[in-house]
Amino acid sequence: MALADNVTKQVSVFLENKSGRLAEVCEVLGEADVNIRALCIADTSDFGILRLIVNDPARATRVLQERGFGVGEADVLALIVPDRPGGLASVLALLRDAGVNVEYMYAFFITVDGDAVVLFRIDDAAIADTVQMLEENNIRILTADEVYAL
Amino acid sequence: MIWDPENECMDPEQRREVQLHRLRATVARLAANVPYYRDRFAEAGINPLDIKSLDDLQYLPFTAKDGMRETYPTGMFAVPMSEVVRIHSSSGTTGVPIVAGYTRTEIEIWAHTIARTICLGGGTSADILQIAYGYGLFTGGLGLHYGGELVGCTVIPMSAGNTKRQLMMMRDLKTTMLACTPSYALTLADEAVDEGIDPGELSLKSGLFGAEVWSTGSRDAIEQMLNLKAHDIYGLTEIIGPGVSAECGCQCGLHVCDDHFIPEIIDPDTGRVLPAGERGELVFTCITKQAFPVIRFRTRDITRLNYDKCECGRTSVRMDRVTGRSDDMLIIRGVNVFPGQIENVLVNMEETLPHYQLVITKEGRLDVLEVQVEVSPQIFADTIKGLESVEAKIQDELAGALGIQCRVKLVEPKTIERSIGKAKRVIDLREE
Repeated sequence: MALADNVTKQVSVFLENKSGRLAEVCEVLGEADVNIRALCIADTSDFGILRLIVNDPARATRVLQERGFGVGEADVLALIVPDRPGGLASVLALLRDAGVNVEYMYAFFITVDGDAVVLFRIDDAAIADTVQMLEENNIRILTADEVYAL
Repeated sequence: MIWDPENECMDPEQRREVQLHRLRATVARLAANVPYYRDRFAEAGINPLDIKSLDDLQYLPFTAKDGMRETYPTGMFAVPMSEVVRIHSSSGTTGVPIVAGYTRTEIEIWAHTIARTICLGGGTSADILQIAYGYGLFTGGLGLHYGGELVGCTVIPMSAGNTKRQLMMMRDLKTTMLACTPSYALTLADEAVDEGIDPGELSLKSGLFGAEVWSTGSRDAIEQMLNLKAHDIYGLTEIIGPGVSAECGCQCGLHVCDDHFIPEIIDPDTGRVLPAGERGELVFTCITKQAFPVIRFRTRDITRLNYDKCECGRTSVRMDRVTGRSDDMLIIRGVNVFPGQIENVLVNMEETLPHYQLVITKEGRLDVLEVQVEVSPQIFADTIKGLESVEAKIQDELAGALGIQCRVKLVEPKTIERSIGKAKRVIDLREE
């Protein structure tokens, strides 16, 4: 499978700590008919970064930029993780043993065939090798299209 | 007491003769030794040997900070480096600082101009002078220091900062004269209140405050809180440092050492010389300096001149307290900052100039400069630590370029007002 297919595009939005910014992002996306599939927010006292998995990242980026938001795209891996105690630990152990640093991660609510879906952000330079290593260890990676369609 | 009655109370006609003589000598020496001035005189069609009266001063070319960029670092020096015994420096309009040099004789001249400043402020050899201006490349600390020792004061070289220790020395050594920026004087006053030190416990009689613009409101507060008489003093690195002018006990204008520095007032837009009493931009010509004399330096400070004899007995010309500038220079905690310097740092870091804005506020008594930078595709990181490290990097680069710490805040795109024509990049929320 081509590497590009395995990599999901995440939309990151810079938000100042002003009230209403988050609501406005969701309004803009709603008006553009973009559906949010997963999200998380990292925050400091001055600003936050909103990370979104949407069904159409290119359109989301464009409409948000037009509305004056600071937007970036990041490559994340959507991994299928067994939905049982120890499921996540086993995947993380694989990454640790391969020397891969996890910047951050967050989960979908939706399950796929009874398993959990967890998004991982790792160092861009490590993506290709990590994908290969995970496939060798029978960890299923959702393709970008599969993710957007969840 | 008047430090140098012969020169400070000289008959004005006699002083004009002295000024003319010194002006001719300086201009001739510059034409012979400094290519920058030789070229400028040639451009203006001036024969330096042809200066007949002080009225001819207006035909000489101006010098501005921008001109100094061309000659950085020592291109304007009129003596070889072997004769320069001191270097001082201050901010230029972009990234290039001003470098000033002094010969041994000039260090002595400078000490005498400061001695005049101290005596204008009521000081004598019996004074215990605490210097809280910064020591180093800044002319404030060392300038006051040499003048203080010349007068015979007991000099305490505290430099800036270390507020608790400053108060301790002030109280225990019974400081009688304080020299620092007006905002630092207020900081010291506040700390005294916090520590429960009554101004009556201190021995302060007078203060020499300068390096930034300060209002009568600040003066009243300083006098009341520290129980001293607050004198405005004025100077700039390009001329000599502090010691260019200072208020006497009448507090009715600052006496200029005009046997050393000839002042003029010009219209900042046309360059035309204005008559006494009219407000305009202050220009100085150095007539006794050796290493780094400047001709008609445009200070960008706005004031006016008064040639009447003062009640204190001095006949030297007086200038009003400076209340504003004709350019975009800011003074943050006594340090000169040009928005151009900040722009320089941002452009060099990011290769394109991000939209930025400077917001200046006062926290307590001290100025705070916040540089707001819009997030853009060049300035964006996906992680908190990435964005924080962008902020930290900008902050470090700015501290290195400006010499002071500022805050950096990343803001959303399009939050900084776009303007047609000159961008309004500075929002100064300080009230005075």
